[in-house]
Formats: sequence, C-alpha cells, structure tokens
Amino acid sequence: MTFVTTTVRAIGKQKAAEESEDRSNVSALDRSRRSVRLTTRILAVVLIACLVVVSFGPLLWLFKAALSTSQDILKYPFEWWPSGIQWQNLPDAWSQIRIGQYLLNTVWMAAGCWFFGLLVALTGGYGISILKPRYAKVVNAGVLATLFIPGVVSLISLYVTILDVPLIGVNLVNTYWAVWLPTAASAFNVLLVARFFDRLPRDVFEAARIDGAGVFRVFWSIVLPMSRPVIGVVSLLTIVGSWKEFLWPLLVLPSPDLQPLSVGLYRVSDTAPTSLLMAGMFISVIIPIALFLMFQRQFLRSAGQAGAIKG
Amino acid sequence: MTATAPPFVGLPADAAAADSVPPPVAPRSRKSLRARLLAWVRNGGVPTLVMFLPLLLTFGYFAWWPILKSLILAFQQTDLINDPSWVGLRNFERVLADPLLWTAAGNTVWFAVLALLIGFPLPILMAMVMAELRRSRQISSVLVYLPVIIPPVVSVLLWKQFYDPSSSGLFNTVLGWFGLGPIGWLQDPALAMPSIVIQATWATAGTATIIYLAALMSIQAELYDAAEVDGASILQRAWHVTLPQLRSVILLMLLLQIIGTMQVFTDPFVMTGGGPENRTVTLLMLIYNYAFLSGDFGKATALSLMLAVVLSVISAIYLRLTRKWSES
Repeated sequence: MTFVTTTVRAIGKQKAAEESEDRSNVSALDRSRRSVRLTTRILAVVLIACLVVVSFGPLLWLFKAALSTSQDILKYPFEWWPSGIQWQNLPDAWSQIRIGQYLLNTVWMAAGCWFFGLLVALTGGYGISILKPRYAKVVNAGVLATLFIPGVVSLISLYVTILDVPLIGVNLVNTYWAVWLPTAASAFNVLLVARFFDRLPRDVFEAARIDGAGVFRVFWSIVLPMSRPVIGVVSLLTIVGSWKEFLWPLLVLPSPDLQPLSVGLYRVSDTAPTSLLMAGMFISVIIPIALFLMFQRQFLRSAGQAGAIKG
Repeated sequence: MTATAPPFVGLPADAAAADSVPPPVAPRSRKSLRARLLAWVRNGGVPTLVMFLPLLLTFGYFAWWPILKSLILAFQQTDLINDPSWVGLRNFERVLADPLLWTAAGNTVWFAVLALLIGFPLPILMAMVMAELRRSRQISSVLVYLPVIIPPVVSVLLWKQFYDPSSSGLFNTVLGWFGLGPIGWLQDPALAMPSIVIQATWATAGTATIIYLAALMSIQAELYDAAEVDGASILQRAWHVTLPQLRSVILLMLLLQIIGTMQVFTDPFVMTGGGPENRTVTLLMLIYNYAFLSGDFGKATALSLMLAVVLSVISAIYLRLTRKWSES
C-alpha cells in the first residue's frame, strides 16, 4: 500500500512543483561567482556533448546503416557511405522482408491497445472515482492488488487463459484480441484516471444529476470533455507501450502475417541481409520518435509522474 | 445501490473514505430481495454496473483469473493436450532439481547487480546536473529520454551490430584506435552479461533520470535557501539537502529496478539467446523454455511462483525498511 501511496503522493508533489518557483541547488548568488558560472557551463557542455554522442549517435548510425550496403555496414562502421547511398534499401526492406506488413500490423495492434486501454481506464476511473457504488471499494482494491503482484506470476497462466477463455471457450491465439484485451487491463492507467477524476469539482456532477442527466450522459457530456489531459497521457503511454511490446505478441501471434515490427524484426534478424534489417529497424523507429518529438513535453511530464510504477 | 447512497456523492476526494461507511444493515435486511433489487434499479444501479463492465471483464479475465489460475497450474501436470492431473509439489521439486535453475538464478542476480552498479547512480548524477541547466534543460531531457522511446528489440539488434566481434565491428574499431582488441563482446562467457547490461542501461536510464529530475524540481526552495544562509557550499547542499530529499524516490527506484531486472527477458533473449555456455540464461528465459519449448506448463508456473515469492519478499523488506525510516 505504501508503495502506491508514495507514488501517488509523488505525482501530487510534482504537479505542485511545476507551479512553484524555480530554485535548484545553485542559487542566483552562486551564479554571480565566476568559478561557479564556469563550472556549471563546462558541466552543461560536457553533459550535452555526451548525451548527443550516446543517445543520438546510435540513431544517427542506424540512419547511416539503413542506407548502406551490407558490406559497408560490416566493414566501415565509421565511414559515410563509401559505396554510395542505397535508397533502394528502404523499398526493398518494405517488400522483401515485409516491413510494410509488420508496420501495418503494429499500427493496428497499437490502435486497438489505445482504444481498449482508454475505454477500460476511463469507464473504470469514472466508476471508481465518481459513481462510487458500494462495490467500488472492492473493485479499487482488486485493481490495486494487480499492481503489487509481479507480472511474471501470470505470464504462463495468461497464455493458458488466451488458449481457452473460460466460460466463452474461444481460442484467442493469432487474433489481436489476445494483445488488446490483456493490455487494456492496466491497473496503472485505471488508477491514473481515477486519481485525475478525484480532483475534478464534484458540484458539476451533482448539478448535472439534479438537471436529470443520467450516468451515460454525464460521462459523455461532462466527464469526457474534462478529461482531455489524462486522455493524452494514457494515449501516449499505451501507444508507445504497445509499440515496444515483444514477449507477449511473440507468444500469442505465432502467425508471421499478424506479427508486429518487434516480433517480425526478431524473426528475420538471423536470415535477412544486414542492410535490409537495418533499413527495417530504421523504418520501425520513425513513428515513435516522431511522436516523441511532437509531444515531448507531454511525454516527459508523464514519464516523470508515471514511469516509476511501470517496472 | 441503496437509497442511502445516491449515485453521485458531493464530497471532496479527501472525504471519500467517509462515504464508503456502510449504512446500518438492520432495516435493509428486513426488506425482500425483490424490493432491494427494485430499489437498486430505480437508483441507477444498472447503468453504473454497465460502466464497470469493461473494467470487470478485462481485469476478471486477464488479470484476476490468471493469478488464481497460476495457483492451480503450479500443482498440476499439464501439457494442454491431455487432461491435467494433480501432482502436489512435484513441479516445484522438478524445478529445484534442474541444474540450469541455479545457473539461471545466478545469471539473473548477476544481471541485477551489474545493472545496479552501472545504471543506478548515473541517472541521479545526470538529474542533479540537469536541474542546474536553464536554457538547455529541455533539450537535454529530450536527449536523455530518446533511447527509451526506441522499441527494445530494435535497440538490442542495433547494439548486437555494435558488438560485432570482428575487428571491423563498431566497438572493436574504437578499441583498435587505441591498439586494443578485437574483443568477442557477446562470445566471451565473462563479457556477454556485462555487454547486455550496458545495452539495457542505455535503453532504460532515461526513465529514471526524468523521474529524478521531476523529484529534484519539487524540492522546496526554502531548504536550499536556509542551507545557503548557514554557509553550506554547493556540494554540501547536494549532500545534505538534495540527496536526503530524494531518499524516498531513490528507494522506490531501487526497488522497482530490482523487481524489473529480476524479470529481464528481451535483452538476453534477443542478444544472445542465453549463450555462450548458458552464461546469459535468465530465470524468465528458463520459464519460457519450460513452457514453450518443453510444453511443461506446470513446471513453468511453479518457477514463476517461486520467482514471484522472492520478489514479494524483497518488496516486503523494502516496505519494512521505509516504514521504519519514516518513523525515525
């Protein structure tokens, strides 16, 4: 329990911090000293230089490798295209090692994870935080409990469940439902949304109820429009999360026609020509990186609040 | 939903606990079941339940049921084709008798220890420097977080290329500039695991850094002001103000990192597949092998449960310690 309350408290703290005045260890008075200014300047330059090499360098290298011949990749890791730029790699990877198909599969898989993740988190958060029937406490405790139980416990039994869903008796292997539905059962998303709803003003819902709005009407016309920030956070987390997913799709999507990029790239990595593999890897990182650069503030804010709990 | 609990409760969030106090039971129990059901429906019980359905169904099927199912599977012999039979503790005995178990456990702990040594202090230091940046804080945050965005499989395959054992491999070329190498990074039994840990640290350190940075920015300015007035230098303030203020976050990150690294799978699975000489087989890979290579789901579940118990013990120790410290 303490574990989650600490994190939730930390989330609250960080929210408050963004509004409070900005003062870190080194003060304005310190900065008036020349030695301090010089040291922080040098540290900043060194840090950024290291980060450019270490974080951005590998991506730049991947870009170079994606447009090189296999020979150049293996023999001249630090030279820019000694045999010329191979634009042909990209269409070749797209069709020959079926990166196009995998990309489409990944988008479809991510779209479903996004939709069902939001559906469960928003309706569940609404129920737990705003509707609050008598059983809400039990449901909340049940959701919390899954946060504490290490994921490894249910890996095998979840697979067995997917093979033969109880009561319905269907086998979900080789359908995207096998990825969408288990990912949607994310305790983290539900609690994130519930805590967000806790902070919404209650009198709005009370007023709507007195005016005769039902449960669905309040959800659709009042709660959803007010939850745009949290919808954004949950969307980013679920889309990037499903893009990174590997082990689970590997287990439940054995058919190559359905596999996402991560599984497809792993499967072809031993046989495909290096140049095409690199081109495929490059194609597969473009979308997440573009999303990140477009929404960097939202990403970093939700990482600061949320990342802690994902492990 | 009874008449005493309207569907919307006009209470602030902090008073939520008060609202859940059950109303007196006595008068309700005298009513007939039918009357209670009618009252429940009249008070909007059905739409409320419908709102809960997505959560109840997904969690019921894919979170709560599998946890119970684990407790059943671990005590059964099952290959998913023939009918399962109860075998008591035999699965656990068979796991413990597997010589590879101790190799895998040792490797997993070694991975966790290396990941702590290489990857734990670094994000704290980076965040402390980044907190002092003004104009370049955003760009350094973006750079720090960039590797986290890359799908793990791509990151591992890319690093596998960097670790190319030939003298023209990327890292070996760098070593060659200093007259060293070439090294078989992933082929040398002693070096394979550290090589994987370096890649894993590269791929995940950004998350921790951003979390520490967020925590650093929330430290109250008055604490620094007071220390400064008392004549504490910048480094003294870092030691006596910043680190103690970060303590709870640091401990939480420590716990999460240990729990995460004890369940490592993708990095060694894609990078080395467990080799050389089984030196990078981890516990989760062993579970995978039991279930999906040998088709022995009972044995695999037994090992999952054992690992989960160990992780729960670690979490319990963490809770014990933090509670003790927060009291003192």
